[in-house]
Amino acid sequence: MIQLDGVTKSFGAQRVLDGLSLDVPDGRNTVVIGYSGSGKSVTLKCIVGLIEPDGGRVLVDGGVVGEMSREELAELRGRIGYVFQFAALFDSMTVAENIALGLARRGHDRSTIARRIEESLAVVELPGTEGRYPAELSGGMRKRVGIARAIALKPRYILYDEPTSGLDPVTSAVMDQLMVRTRDLGVTGLVVTHDMRSAFRVGDRIAMLHEGRIRQVGTRAEIQASDDPVVRQFIEGRPGQMAAAAPRRAPG
Amino acid sequence: MTHDSRLTTYSPPRDGFITHIGRRSLETFRAVADVPTWSPLLVGQMRRLGVDSVPIALFIAVFTGIVLSLLSSYIFTGAVPLYFVGALVGKTVMMELGPVLTGMALAGRVGASIAAELGTMKVTEQVDALETLAYDRNAYLVVPRVLAATLMFPVVTAFAMAVGVTSGWITAVNLLDLSTPEFFKGLRMFYQFKDIWFGLVKSASFGAAVALMGCLQGLDSKSGAQGVGQSTTRAVVLGCEAILVLDAFWALVLL
Ligand SMILES: Nc1ncnc2c1ncn2[C@@H]1O[C@H](COP(=O)(O)OP(=O)(O)OP(=O)(O)O)[C@@H](O)[C@H]1O
Ligand SMILES: [Mg+2]
Repeated sequence: MIQLDGVTKSFGAQRVLDGLSLDVPDGRNTVVIGYSGSGKSVTLKCIVGLIEPDGGRVLVDGGVVGEMSREELAELRGRIGYVFQFAALFDSMTVAENIALGLARRGHDRSTIARRIEESLAVVELPGTEGRYPAELSGGMRKRVGIARAIALKPRYILYDEPTSGLDPVTSAVMDQLMVRTRDLGVTGLVVTHDMRSAFRVGDRIAMLHEGRIRQVGTRAEIQASDDPVVRQFIEGRPGQMAAAAPRRAPG
Repeated sequence: MTHDSRLTTYSPPRDGFITHIGRRSLETFRAVADVPTWSPLLVGQMRRLGVDSVPIALFIAVFTGIVLSLLSSYIFTGAVPLYFVGALVGKTVMMELGPVLTGMALAGRVGASIAAELGTMKVTEQVDALETLAYDRNAYLVVPRVLAATLMFPVVTAFAMAVGVTSGWITAVNLLDLSTPEFFKGLRMFYQFKDIWFGLVKSASFGAAVALMGCLQGLDSKSGAQGVGQSTTRAVVLGCEAILVLDAFWALVLL
């Protein structure tokens, strides 16, 4: 289980996370929605220790991420797959090498690695792209390779940072299906998105991040029936009151 | 005025520059223990950093040899026997100009390419991706580059020494009033084995410094193309400065 407990994080004068608390229960997909710039990516990075929170605690399976030694942190990262918002593929490596890198680190042998590469590329509907370089792929294809790189590891948790942004509607639906099927295999998913259609398809629970905290968290039905004006506005995509979404400045 | 918070806030820790470099060097040193991570990458880096650098180093060596030969004959005219040209060319090329000029050239080539590469990886989150795959960035990125440069700078420098002396000799025989036996008489007269290894030890330390500056500057890059450009420039400048400081250090310690 992943638990965020009163996490705060500022960059200079800008307070991005302001006491964020969220539990991510095992075996389900939790979707985090929120305005652009509200700190969704920062939240995911706090979970894997890429960003250190200023305050509060992040717990994964009971261990506090900020208090871990190098070895413990590496071990933790072995349990978590991370899909980056902009794919973050290694551009000096082929697609197959990108996927193989994490598998090799986990000590899999060559034939397992080859099989996992093939399987995961098939799942994201990119078979036969093993030998291509990221620069030769479209943005959406890169994104899917990023997803393949994470699922190939068969981790306990997968953090998806906007897995469907930049994909066409059909491919988006396929990725949504993939996230649901991955959950059915017992993987806990934390999905960041601002695509509401995808959020309702994938999310067993949906949490809205607003002004550095969780504004509301609940089941799909609860969020759909929410009477919180901020949540309503967001899920209905109505313009107006965007000022509320602007980054806030910390006092002083 | 536009104000990108990432440019101003995401900078290396504010402790002093030397402390920062020191701490990062220590982290790198610790990562050397992670042999399985860096060892498969070492040969590729040696090829890239070393072999590809040979042409520029030899180009510099040829002209250094020519100039030293002409210069020493000009200095020695009348006062000192001309065969001292051989001694001066040999000593200078092996002990000072070979290692330092090669080091400077490679600081531009190797330091800049490392900083640009790692800087781009940093700002496109490839370094973060590497860490989420449970790799240590120092063991995977920094150690193989620093070791490769430490091992390859002396090799390249050795070539440069040989070519520098050869070009000095050819110049002396063709443009000065000096015969081959005379040139080698001068070369041998003052030669000590120490001259060569002094030059090579120096160049190994230059390699380590240049690669380390390239890596640290690259990994500290601020976001954007401009950030990568800045760290590349800084890597080259710091690499050259480190070479000069180390050069003086070795002269104090080993001579
Ligand atoms: N490394 C950093 N340095 C400085 N500021 C940062 C850094 N990372 C994020 N920020 C700031 O934190 C805020 C939240 O960023 P984040 O990337 O988490 O947004 P997001 O919710 O993922 O937005 P989007 O939906 O557009 O991806 C932004 O205002 C951003 O400028
Ligand atoms: Mg984001």
